[in-house]
This record gives sequence, C-alpha cells and structure tokens, in this order.
Amino acid sequence: MPVTVHIPTPLRPYVGGRDTVATSAGTVGEILERLAADHAQLRAHLYRDDGRLRTFVNVYLNDRDIRDLAREGTRAADGDEVSIVPSIAGGAVAVATALPELTHAEILRYSRHLILPEVGPGGQRRIKAARVLLVGAGGLGSPAALYLAAAGVGTIGLVDCDTVDATNLQRQILHGTGVVGRPKLESAEARLQDLNPHVHVETFPVRLTSANALEILRDFDIVVDGTDNFPTRYLVNDACVLLGKPNVYGSIFRFEGHASVFHAVAGACYRCLYSEPPPPGLVPSCAEGGVLGVLPGIIGSIQALEALKLILGAGDTLVGRLVLFDARKFRFRELTLHKDPDCPVCGPNPSLHELIDYEAFCGVGATPAYEGPEITATDLARDLRENPDLELLDVREMREWEICRIPGARLIPLGQLPERLSELDGHKEIVTHCHKGIRSMRALEILQAAGFSKVRSLRGGIEAWATEVDPSVPRY
Amino acid sequence: MRIVPGVLAEIRRHLAAAYPTEGCGLLLGTRGPNGDVVVRRQLPVPNRRAADGGGRTRYLIGPEDFLTAEREARQASLVVVGTYHSHPDVPARPSAYDTEHAWPWCCYLIASVAGGEVQEERVWELRDDRSGFVERELEVKES
Repeated sequence: MPVTVHIPTPLRPYVGGRDTVATSAGTVGEILERLAADHAQLRAHLYRDDGRLRTFVNVYLNDRDIRDLAREGTRAADGDEVSIVPSIAGGAVAVATALPELTHAEILRYSRHLILPEVGPGGQRRIKAARVLLVGAGGLGSPAALYLAAAGVGTIGLVDCDTVDATNLQRQILHGTGVVGRPKLESAEARLQDLNPHVHVETFPVRLTSANALEILRDFDIVVDGTDNFPTRYLVNDACVLLGKPNVYGSIFRFEGHASVFHAVAGACYRCLYSEPPPPGLVPSCAEGGVLGVLPGIIGSIQALEALKLILGAGDTLVGRLVLFDARKFRFRELTLHKDPDCPVCGPNPSLHELIDYEAFCGVGATPAYEGPEITATDLARDLRENPDLELLDVREMREWEICRIPGARLIPLGQLPERLSELDGHKEIVTHCHKGIRSMRALEILQAAGFSKVRSLRGGIEAWATEVDPSVPRY
Repeated sequence: MRIVPGVLAEIRRHLAAAYPTEGCGLLLGTRGPNGDVVVRRQLPVPNRRAADGGGRTRYLIGPEDFLTAEREARQASLVVVGTYHSHPDVPARPSAYDTEHAWPWCCYLIASVAGGEVQEERVWELRDDRSGFVERELEVKES
C-alpha cells in the first residue's frame, strides 16, 4: 500500500485535477521533490527560488504538522497520508499587479540597477510598475522628480500651480532660465521626458486642497511631500493616512533639513510628531528666511531614495525615524518617532475621518490680514519730493537692507520695532515698507496701536518701488 | 467569476464588520472545465493576524481553517475556489505581499473598505508563472 499525497484544490490542476496522488515511501522531502519532478509546474508554487519550501506551504503527515516532527526529514511509510495544506496570507500595502516587462532599451538604460542584487530585473519591474506622486515641483520636488524619473519610476505625478520665477532657479533644478514665467509643470514635464522618455508624467496644475486631494492621491502608491507650507503639509499627511499611503516627507530651512517617511499603518504620521501647527508667522518660509540652494538637493534626494526603497521593499526606510541634517556642521542626527496613541488621525480612536479646512486649522486666513492705509510707489515718489519731513521706515532685515534700499529710508527690523518706537517722531508722517508689503502692514498695526496716526504702508514694498519707480534698485 | 447575490451580501457584511481590521474567508463553489468559477458559499475565517496587531494590513488563514473548509466543501460536493479579504482604506487591487503569498487556481476577491463601508470588490487570479495577478470579471447573478 503506497503513500497517499493529498493535493489541495489550488494545486490540483497541476496533477491532472486529482485530489490525491499515490507514491512510494520515503522522507517527506523526497516525496515532495518527486512530486515536483513529475509535475514541473508545481515546483514554483511549492518551493521558493532558493529551493526551500514556501512559508505558506504546510505539510502534514497523517494529522501532524511535519514542523512538529522531523520537518522534511520526516519518514512516510506505506499506508501513511501526506497532506499539502495551504495557509493563505496577504493584505493591503501598495504596489504591484502584474509587473510590466522591460524593453531592450530599458534593460540597457537601467543596467547598473539590474546588476545590483537589491534591485535586479524584478526590482526594476517594480520600479516601472510604481506610481509616485510629487506634491510640489520646487526645491525638493526638483531633485526628487529627476532621480525618480532617471530611476525609471513608471508613472510620476506632479502637483503644482506656480509659474517659474527667476528666484526659483537658485535651487529648483527642474527649471531653466528659458522658462521663467511659464508654468512649472510645463517645464518639469519637458525636462523629465527628455531625461527619460520611458516614464509617464501625469500633471495636475492645481493647488492641492481638501476638495481634490483624495481624488488625486488615490491612484498613486507613494506620495512625496515637497510642500513649503503648513496647511498643505497637514493636508498631505491626513490624506495619506486616510488612504493608507506612505508619505515621504522633507522640509528645509536655511541650512537645516528634515526627512522622514510617515506611513501610519507602520509608524508615526506627521501629526504624531507635530499635533498642532506653529502659530502663523512664527516659522518663516524659505521666501522669508532664505535657504542654501544645495540643501533641497540633499533632502530631495533623500526623499527619492526613500521612495525607491519603499518600492523595492529593500533596506530600512525612515518609517518611525526623523533625520535632521545640519549643513553647516555637516551632521546628521536621528530621532525615533513614536506613534501618538491620541493622534486624531492615525490613533486607535481617531476623531478625524475626513479632510478638514487646513488653512483655518493652521490659522492662515482665519483672521483677515490687517488692513491699514496704503500708498502706491508712484505716489510715494511724489510725496518724498514734496515733503522732506516724510519718514520712510524700512522694516526688513539687515541682510535685505544690504541688498538694496530706498534712499532716505531708516531701517528698524520688524522684530525690533516695539522696543524702538521712541526713535520715531509721532508728529511726522510715516510710510512703512518691506519687501512685498506684508511685514510693513504688521508694522503699521504696531504703530497705530502705539498711537501713531499719520502712517501708511507702501503697497507692494520695495519690489513695487523697483518696478514702478526706480529700476536701478535690484529685485530679489 | 460568478457569485450569488446573497453570498456577496454576506461577504460585505462580514468585511464591513471587521473594519478597520482586515477580514478574510474562503469561497466554496465549482470550477468548470473551461475555468468558469461559480461561488455558492462563503466561509468566514478568523484572521490569524488580528491577535498580533498585524491585522490592519495583513490577513492569514491558517492551515487548519483551510482543512476545515475543504472538508465542508467536500460534503457539499464543492471545492475551495478562492478566498476573500478586505483592504481597509486601500484600493481593491493586490499588493506585492499578496502576490508573494498567493496560490494559483484560486480567485482572490478583494474588497476595499473605507469608514466601515465596502466601496468595491474586484477579483484577481495569480498567473501561472507567479509574475503577478490578472483581473477577472465579477458577475453577480443567481445561478
């Protein structure tokens, strides 16, 4: 009486539809090997590439799991029954239906990836199948998009509604001098397609909002956050948590950069780290505080790296870790991030189940900007000629003062203004000005609250002065 | 793959109740000579990953549950034709993990569930060479 091998339903087609196969006695390992030799197609489903049994193939001798016996060395005698029993595993987490094949041109292009054990042909096909969305085609989005396109990420989505400005070119390497004034997505798409015609670029020339975020993010596997403001950062985080997507985060300021991977199903999210945004105006943007041009190149490249690792499932990603980079000291520090049990969006008892009004949440636009009397640049030029007593108060920073100034102006940076009010003559007419007219309105508010009555703010700041009155003043 | 409406309704109820954990179960039915699959019964199975905290993104149907299902199927002159599971807050397409651990000749019905409601179901089958899944049409019809 031979050994009977019970075949589970999913494998029956490979043994002619039978539910049992008779074989001669031997170890379980020998019996399975014989089975795979007789039915070639069975092998791939029973064994991994390295020749070991797949984790989810369970083998029983009569009614005992061979893991509790001598494993594959367990002997089956005549009359015994060997059963192959699947356990079935799976579950959510991005990427992969049928992986696309690589063309000859792609095999050549990606050869340095293909010979890398951690990537190889399988990994490269995963990269080709991947869909990565970049929110922002600016400082961080530029290097991230370039490297991801070069690496062969099959679909790259870009969300940005800005046009290219000359001040962008110091760091936003997707764009060039010839496209100043054109939409960023137009030049980004052209640059990426030139770099790698095998990738598909999808553009979303809109501002990401609570109304469109889920719809846009839904079709992508990974989101790379290259935004420069808090409302969008919280929006991207919450949308990623709600959709279960990994959010590859980066931020930069002056000489410092941060990077992490927020993937709520596996670790902390942005809200676990920062439950509330800072008060509006406390953290200056790059436009206000400046940034070293090469810094986004470093942080954006880290984001591209992490996105690729997520696609490949290789290495240790930055999930649960925040990397802090100080370019001046050249020092990387690492903080461990813990999931906040009270996190309103990714905690066990979330209070947020849909996207909210992020501008209101971050206090942006919640209180209307102060509206005081303004003066245009042309009118100011006339008043300065006619009224030598007019006090022109520049509330910018010293560094900005060194770039350019309006003749006759006096510098008191906004932060020092409350303590230096005594330097001003309340009887004189005062015009405040800054770079573009925002800070000078805040200065106006301070002056009016202190009792100064004859005050106005230069509309459009020194920028307007340079364009409308005195072209010898450089714009910055 | 054809499924009886009442069976699909039961599956939806099970997966909605399991949210935000992944729910899973086995599909019993028949597979015709030309590969046509008809699902006649569903068998909810405890997610063996729910206990270790991995149940939000993983499911596991243990071998003893599979054996029980095969026995039940045999008594009803049916076979195990597939499995079903939910992807809480994630689209109803197979993940890389699904591909790695999939069985051939087995229909994978994946339902995306958001906020406790089933959004859509899609059916996939592993390619013979394990290179990935192909989608199969889902037909809801009284047999």
